[in-house]
Amino acid sequence: MSRPTPLRDVHESLGATLTDFAGWLMPLRYGSEAAEHRAVREAAGLFDLSHMGEIFLTGPQAGEALDFALVGHLSALTPGRARYTMIVNERGGVLDDLIVYRLGDEEFMVVANASNSEKVGNELKIRAKAYDAVVEDRSDQYALIAVQGPRSQEILATLTDADLGGLKYYAGLPGLVDGRRALIARTGYTGEDGFELFVANQDAVPLWHAITAAGEPYGLKPAGLSSRDTLRLEAGMPLYGNELSAELTPFDAGLGRVVKFDKPGDFVGRSALEAVKDDTPKRRLVGLVARGRRVPRHGYPVTKDGAVVGEVTSGAPSQSLGKPIAMAYVDTGAESGLAVDIRGSHEPVDLVELPFYRRNK
Amino acid sequence: MSNIPDDLSYTKEHEWVSGIDDGLTVTVGITAFAADSLGDVVYVQLPDVGTNVEHGDSIGEVESTKSVNEIYTPVGGEVVEVNQAVVDDPSLVNSDPYGEGWMFRVRMEGEPEDLLSPQEYTALTSGES
Repeated sequence: MSRPTPLRDVHESLGATLTDFAGWLMPLRYGSEAAEHRAVREAAGLFDLSHMGEIFLTGPQAGEALDFALVGHLSALTPGRARYTMIVNERGGVLDDLIVYRLGDEEFMVVANASNSEKVGNELKIRAKAYDAVVEDRSDQYALIAVQGPRSQEILATLTDADLGGLKYYAGLPGLVDGRRALIARTGYTGEDGFELFVANQDAVPLWHAITAAGEPYGLKPAGLSSRDTLRLEAGMPLYGNELSAELTPFDAGLGRVVKFDKPGDFVGRSALEAVKDDTPKRRLVGLVARGRRVPRHGYPVTKDGAVVGEVTSGAPSQSLGKPIAMAYVDTGAESGLAVDIRGSHEPVDLVELPFYRRNK
Repeated sequence: MSNIPDDLSYTKEHEWVSGIDDGLTVTVGITAFAADSLGDVVYVQLPDVGTNVEHGDSIGEVESTKSVNEIYTPVGGEVVEVNQAVVDDPSLVNSDPYGEGWMFRVRMEGEPEDLLSPQEYTALTSGES
């Protein structure tokens, strides 16, 4: 049985199509996923992301513990700021991609993908053992509600006195939203401006209703995982299990910039990653735009002159481009004359650099 | 509860068939239940007019944001017409699955097989939803 989030009854009353995702019962869509996608690009969307994991590290050496456990330099993070980072194994293979928030001098929150949350929590406990820091998985205590889209700030401003305008991208501050304690973070997975609100489970339903009411004049819509996936794909953001896996290093995924070799001390995966950091990967992660209307999907081969030169990791019809798009690992050097083998028929595609979509700032 | 008109026949593959009674040319589409399950349909591929098909053949596909599904013909015969409007605007499958979202017409040869009544199809979908 899939676990419900605190918002399950709300989703059902909205007529959502629910689906199992990483062991959770999540809203796939409420109505038209294309309309939900457009709402986020043009106005705002409201997402239940309570399946995400929240793992806390507290103590005098919490920052040093994370420096050892992750590829980033988290002890250098200013309180109130956040970083995109990764946890890798000894071979440098990616175990998960993460956002780490520094909540205070001695307190960090690690946000992990639902499918990896337990693994990440256990791994952090092991890796933090030698440090004066306590690791606690509080995923069961927190709901996560995201408001994403260009009207997000205006909508939330009607519900909070927090300084949203002063909150930078990848920053978070504690505040009251509709009178409820929340960590307000300016982060997201849609390619738009937006906020993620970490709240206690019991506050999720009233907060959802308050945001729905506040957002109504701005065109806010509830949005499900289906639109979240097409939004992140257009924004060229990787999804663990598709673009990222334990078989790939951050360098293979074109995300070597998250590995901070210049931080002090050793970290798990350092020697393996140092050995490959200057290599040219055999394949690189690129964007593909289909010329036709059939959609390249996860696992389909990329071909050139009939030979396989890569594999699609994610694909979907793109609202913003009006054509099917995909991310794929393609042999370095194979740039033109590409096709995707869509159930036996080789459909031509054009290679583009990621992302497919960039918002106007 | 999806809309299941009581003047149509149905298949286990979630297609509807009309015109069975006159025994000549039947019209085929996918049901509202199927359209709702797929989500926004973005691509429909249909057979060429003039194609001879046999009962149960896969003769096209319906693709949505999340998935792709084959279209099977519930009757054998010759494809005499396809709905170009639904190829040009696949969202018709979602907005009007039993009307403008129809897919193809077949001039029937022989008897139809394995069709479900509206009552049987209702029972099938309530077991799946």
